[in-house]
Amino acid sequence: MIANYGYKDGSGDYYISIDTDRCIDCAAGRACLTACPKEMFEIITDDYDDEVACIKQANRRSLAYDCADCKPSGGYASLPCTTACTPGALKHSW
Amino acid sequence: MITAGIDMGSRSVKVVLLEQINVDSAPQLQYAVKKAHLMMPGELDADQAAERAFSEALAAAGVARDDVKSVFATGAGRKQVAFATEGVTEMTAGAKGAVYMYPNARTVVDVGAEEGRGIKTDAEGKAVDFAGNEKCAAGAGSFAEAMSRALQLTLAEFGEASLKSDRTIPMNAQCTVFAESEVVSLIHSSTPKEDIAKAVLDAVASRVCAMVRRVGIEGEVVLIGGMAHNPGFVKSLKGAMGVDAVSLPDLPEFVSALGCALIAAERQH
Ligand code: SF4
Ligand code: SF4
Repeated sequence: MIANYGYKDGSGDYYISIDTDRCIDCAAGRACLTACPKEMFEIITDDYDDEVACIKQANRRSLAYDCADCKPSGGYASLPCTTACTPGALKHSW
Repeated sequence: MITAGIDMGSRSVKVVLLEQINVDSAPQLQYAVKKAHLMMPGELDADQAAERAFSEALAAAGVARDDVKSVFATGAGRKQVAFATEGVTEMTAGAKGAVYMYPNARTVVDVGAEEGRGIKTDAEGKAVDFAGNEKCAAGAGSFAEAMSRALQLTLAEFGEASLKSDRTIPMNAQCTVFAESEVVSLIHSSTPKEDIAKAVLDAVASRVCAMVRRVGIEGEVVLIGGMAHNPGFVKSLKGAMGVDAVSLPDLPEFVSALGCALIAAERQH
């Protein structure tokens, strides 16, 4: 399943999508958990009893602010989360 | 076998009691809804509300509690249903219920009192993609309800009024608080109620549509949740999504509870 966590507001679309099928047999050793300096990821058991990553509830309304340090306005080449997630499960909409 | 689905919404508790049936002449009919019961919890705690709604549904259906093999819960308050066997998310329940009612449904739009979401589903009713808006209440029913009160109309009158307008007034505010002040300005400038109602429902539809577009619009589109009762919103949604038809279940607020009861039944096998 593609799970989109986040929101759209007056300034833009702020969603992190997680392709949870790739999390089931995560080949990266759940690297998202430790890579994110804001510890925004957690592993949950989904409705089909699979263990997958999700964004913590507390961060889902504030992604633009929470990710700001990783995304300086001058631009960025890579993000800790997407780099660590070698299975390619993570995408940011902004 | 009887199973139950309980949808603990932010405003109401919906219970569906589902019976597995066996009709020789119609083998495709596997289930029948024994009872669909809605209760407004008022001041009750979520666990008390779930208990009361379930007891009322059982009594109304003449079913003993012990005859219910499994109870699944969904909705924002699903974890508070202490007697539930299991809980599933609104996406899983909504997709299951919608595809059971409309086998060709692949896009499910769920708009309740406090939340709206877009769900893409497969042919088995398994959610494959979903998006909501964690921040904005302007894409849900309570915002439309608050605006209808500002116009001194019931939500039903509000929906009907919007159908009489063909004017487009863009509402720019993304946040409910600013959107409310835009509505107040429209009222002060003597804009007809019909046009304001349409502007509000167009704004809700546009926010909902943004979530649906994130998952993609595919196949038959089904609208579930209480806002499906509002014809003005349905028209606005069709316009925003650019689709000619949106399927509307008779009891749209019960579709997630139905999905829950179906999952409970399937997991018994
Ligand atoms: S998001 Fe990436 S790193 Fe984290 S569990 Fe899923 S596949 Fe593994
Ligand atoms: S961009 Fe940075 S803060 Fe945001 S999820 Fe990725 S690692 Fe965490």
